[in-house]
Amino acid sequence: MRVEDFDIELSPLPGATPVWHGSVDAGAWRRLCEQVRAKGGRLVALWGSDQRELGRGFGVHAALVIRSGLVWLTLPVGGTDYPDISDIFPAAQRMQRALADLLGIRARGQQDQRSWLRHDTWPADRYPLRKDFDGSKPQPAAPQVYPFVSVEGDGVHEIAVGPVHAGTIEPGHFRFSVIGERILRLEERLGYKHKGIEKRFESMTLTDGARLAGRISGDSTVAYAWAYAMAVESAARMTPPERALWLRALLLERERLANHLGDLGFLGNDAGLAFGLAQFTRLKEDLLRSNAELFGHRYLMDSIVPGGVAADLDAGGVARLLAELDRLAQAVADLRHIYDDHAGLQDRFIGAGSVTPELAVRLGLCGLAGRASAQAWDLRAQFPVSPYDRLDVQMATHRNGDVAARVIVRFDEVGESLRLCRRILGALPAGRITSALPEVPGDTLGVGWVEGWRGEVFVALETATGGRIRRLHPHDPSWQNWPLLEHAVLGNIVPDFPLINKSFNLSYSGHDL
Amino acid sequence: MYKIIYQIIKTGIRTEPPPVSDEALRLTAQRLQKEVLDRFQGALAIRHVDAGSCNGCELEIHALTNPYYNLEGLGIHFVASPRHADLLLVTGPVSRHMEVALKRTYEAVPEPKLVVAVGDCGCTGGIFGESYASCGRIANVIPVDVAVPGCPPTPTRLMQGILTAIGSEREDRAAAQR
Repeated sequence: MRVEDFDIELSPLPGATPVWHGSVDAGAWRRLCEQVRAKGGRLVALWGSDQRELGRGFGVHAALVIRSGLVWLTLPVGGTDYPDISDIFPAAQRMQRALADLLGIRARGQQDQRSWLRHDTWPADRYPLRKDFDGSKPQPAAPQVYPFVSVEGDGVHEIAVGPVHAGTIEPGHFRFSVIGERILRLEERLGYKHKGIEKRFESMTLTDGARLAGRISGDSTVAYAWAYAMAVESAARMTPPERALWLRALLLERERLANHLGDLGFLGNDAGLAFGLAQFTRLKEDLLRSNAELFGHRYLMDSIVPGGVAADLDAGGVARLLAELDRLAQAVADLRHIYDDHAGLQDRFIGAGSVTPELAVRLGLCGLAGRASAQAWDLRAQFPVSPYDRLDVQMATHRNGDVAARVIVRFDEVGESLRLCRRILGALPAGRITSALPEVPGDTLGVGWVEGWRGEVFVALETATGGRIRRLHPHDPSWQNWPLLEHAVLGNIVPDFPLINKSFNLSYSGHDL
Repeated sequence: MYKIIYQIIKTGIRTEPPPVSDEALRLTAQRLQKEVLDRFQGALAIRHVDAGSCNGCELEIHALTNPYYNLEGLGIHFVASPRHADLLLVTGPVSRHMEVALKRTYEAVPEPKLVVAVGDCGCTGGIFGESYASCGRIANVIPVDVAVPGCPPTPTRLMQGILTAIGSEREDRAAAQR
């Protein structure tokens, strides 16, 4: 589906990414979603905003990807409900539940109306993202019992895990129904890390918000910082200098390399090969140390700012990174041979946690995990912003959808990122690394959309006057992928759960907001 | 198998050796080992709790076990249960949804216990502060012995924090005996 096929008025938003915005009524809301779905499009994000002070009631927003790019639909809601679209896009389910918790408007007809991001620390009739909600103060506790879906039958029992897990990972709750060792059902309960990020943005200026954006999910700080900067620059109708854009791509690929290397190590470890963890985390540490020396931060936090980048690279730095890339390429090639040849490792990887391409497309699996289940979407290849439009990114995909496929996609993407880094370092344009941000008018929209290492990070911005944020929704690809984990583990044994979970490596913080 | 052995030999020992130079990490590692041996007879068990971080601090806690820092080589290891722990390493801010879980985890650690708060958010609430959804710093919820600032703190800083916690526990004990 192309943007010309829409029968409503859509206006293009300025900025790096191809995006159109339009308002719809309740009928067109569902009809357009159905059309996008039928033509193979996807739901990227669904969120809401309180626009009552602008005389527009509440707004429910959806970002849909079509062949031309991204379409941002806004449905003005006069009352407190709107038509459910989770039958069209199952990924919308949890997003709609979160929207009900935070804004108090519900999807009419949605079967599952349980709270999602609200646990028991604010009452069910108060809504943090309404403008008349004072976010600075604690609310009275409102204890609730979360009704998990239970499985009954001879020999079925439950294993409750979390929120505090056994390893060094983020908190969340997993409720397994098992028979013997086999998993019959997994139900996730997330939201433990909800710390009011979206409300916090609303007290910030566009400049200050960059720091918070870089801390939505620390492992994707570059992707978020770039998506945020892209949204602000789109609202400000400005383009950063070319050199800054090339440096951003270098930083994003280095973030991808660091995370993929770490994951490849942990995946080896979770399958009993501690050797792999030692080897890959050594390579990752080398990368982090040169990040710290050349860009001032091991994880590159705050390196991307609206208007450009915060750290430049001199000729010595370029030479150093090029030499590092060569060493890394050789080391990864050696380790890949070992992983490929290791019968014990492959025995654990192959067939574990499988998501078929049919299920992946039905439920909207995206990003790295999507590509391992034949969902060929990669913004760097399909909607390349500068400098990716000159780098000819080769997308890595696989059809098997199991842990082994997600390992292979990671190895392939490491190889491609190494190539991209070499190309970028060889063609880095000269010039400035920042441009001044012009004054941004109020009530202006901006969009950022970046292919982070985990998948597409999306940021939608509505500005207020005085260079402030009126509403900002950051969207992590984990929203789409968490529900697929529940399916991937079915029929597997409980001891394989950590391995399967790690192969997705989804963000709790980026999801819980 | 020979490929693995060859790779291990080729890689060599990458753990940065303790002693002599005044490079921060090495000094820390050497002193840390002595403190640990003195106090906990060779082993310190750490339970990590993420009480609401952005997951940046977790990346650095993971890095503690890479071959360069090799925390386990010093007799310090991460355990799966608070019941097995001497020290809680807590990242924050504490989200209100994690407040009860953090308190329960703290209560599950046997006495004597130590708490190290990790990161700017763990120390002060950081950029998230206190709000309807965030309790702010770790010390607002459970007693904290040592707070290690940084966003995130480097592995070296984390090792220093753990050392300081063990040191303060020694001094408290000594004071109590006097």
